[in-house]
Amino acid sequence: MKTIIKHVLYDILRSRIVLAYTVFMLVLAFGLFNLEGDPAKSLLSLLNVVLLVVPLISIVFATTHFYNSYEFMELLMAQPVNRKKIFLSEYLAVALSLSAAYVVGIGVPVLLYGANATALFLLAVGVGITFVFVALAFLASVVTRDKAKGIGVALLLWVYFALIYDGIVIFILYFFSEYPLEKASLAMIALNPIDLGRIVVMLNLDVSALMGYTGALYKSMFGSGTGVAISFGILLLWVLFPLLTSKRIFSKKDI
Amino acid sequence: MIEIKNLCKSYGKLKVLQDVSVKFERGMVVSVIGPNGSGKTTMSKCILGMALPDSGDILLNGKSVLKQHDYRSQIGYMPQIGRYPENMKIRQVISMMKDIRKEVKQLDEELVGLYGLEQMYDKRMGTLSGGTKQKVSAALAFMFNPGILILDEPTAGLDPISAEILKSKILKEKKKGKLILITSHIMSEIEEVADEVMCLVDGNLKFFESISAIKEHANEERLSKAIAKIMNEED
Repeated sequence: MKTIIKHVLYDILRSRIVLAYTVFMLVLAFGLFNLEGDPAKSLLSLLNVVLLVVPLISIVFATTHFYNSYEFMELLMAQPVNRKKIFLSEYLAVALSLSAAYVVGIGVPVLLYGANATALFLLAVGVGITFVFVALAFLASVVTRDKAKGIGVALLLWVYFALIYDGIVIFILYFFSEYPLEKASLAMIALNPIDLGRIVVMLNLDVSALMGYTGALYKSMFGSGTGVAISFGILLLWVLFPLLTSKRIFSKKDI
Repeated sequence: MIEIKNLCKSYGKLKVLQDVSVKFERGMVVSVIGPNGSGKTTMSKCILGMALPDSGDILLNGKSVLKQHDYRSQIGYMPQIGRYPENMKIRQVISMMKDIRKEVKQLDEELVGLYGLEQMYDKRMGTLSGGTKQKVSAALAFMFNPGILILDEPTAGLDPISAEILKSKILKEKKKGKLILITSHIMSEIEEVADEVMCLVDGNLKFFESISAIKEHANEERLSKAIAKIMNEED
């Protein structure tokens, strides 16, 4: 498995997209830290941009990579290599290289401008989201052999989680505002990895004090050590579910 | 050595293989023939585990190969159309395969030499012509000294000299007692290298006989005529 991961990593590094992604993240983070005097505020803006950009880049890059690697996988399948290992190696290589790009791109500026617990959460959440969206991308890629369709499905997933889902949640909250919705909204957050990541970071910022009763409930839920552990546990489920589903589909596919 | 039992495979509604049962022994050179779309490539892919059978079983030395992967170390496969990562150089493809098959100590790089692939090592796979890709496929299929060779239309797309090199390589490996499966449409070529002919029509096994038996059966000197005769007879 290590050998395959190594060769996939060579392939990814040759394309230089990951390098461009790192530079982009560096520029973005340095820019935001220089724009705002208060590192806490720039961290908040950084969070918002990161939660939009990281899922998008992860899902698009992973989907195109998967389709471009079809020949490579075909070549390996005639060799004495387990299909599941080929699939998992592809996943790990893509997820790890994107995570590394993210950690370098965001981590270096954060270290320079004052690292605190919140910044660490931002890094961890970004890595978690990368793993989730690479897994979703692989799921979209194994569903169809058509590259254009696969990328379309991947983009739809991104639009849904990054934009539409929040709209639905706000609509529900507004429509049922007469009812106590704290528990329900907690569940709704768990159903979207991006929201989950946002809440985890926000509640470790001071701004949560402004969020009233609901904020207090969230704080008691997510702010504590167990809350954070539960959130990352749910994030892990978000990785495992699409990953294992797509692995199953892949190992039953005719090449 | 390889035993196929009641193999069925369909793609959607299209039944590609229907209840095919055959047995190949060590030292045989079997030519798989049949019209286009009769399931020849699908059968090879089922043996390799690239296409998964709907029902039936494939045994290699008495053990089922379904859901297994280690058995593929005994098989060298040359696909009909070799597809390779476009941005990799020939050198990288070959060294990657060697890296993945590290356990094989005795490499057979005869074809790499005969085809002069070393001189082209720095060309990218995407820029190669179909014939050159075939040469790379052939070199890779023989490289790890497998006991079984599955060659899917090996000489289609090769120039006559390269095809000749490949044929003499096949005959050389045959002498070592390997099992070689070749799908081909070129009868003269089949007569040169193969002993047995397996014929598939619409996913059904039509016949599986030795070349001499076929000629005798049809009472014809030439294989192409003999086969045409048999096909017409049974229609």
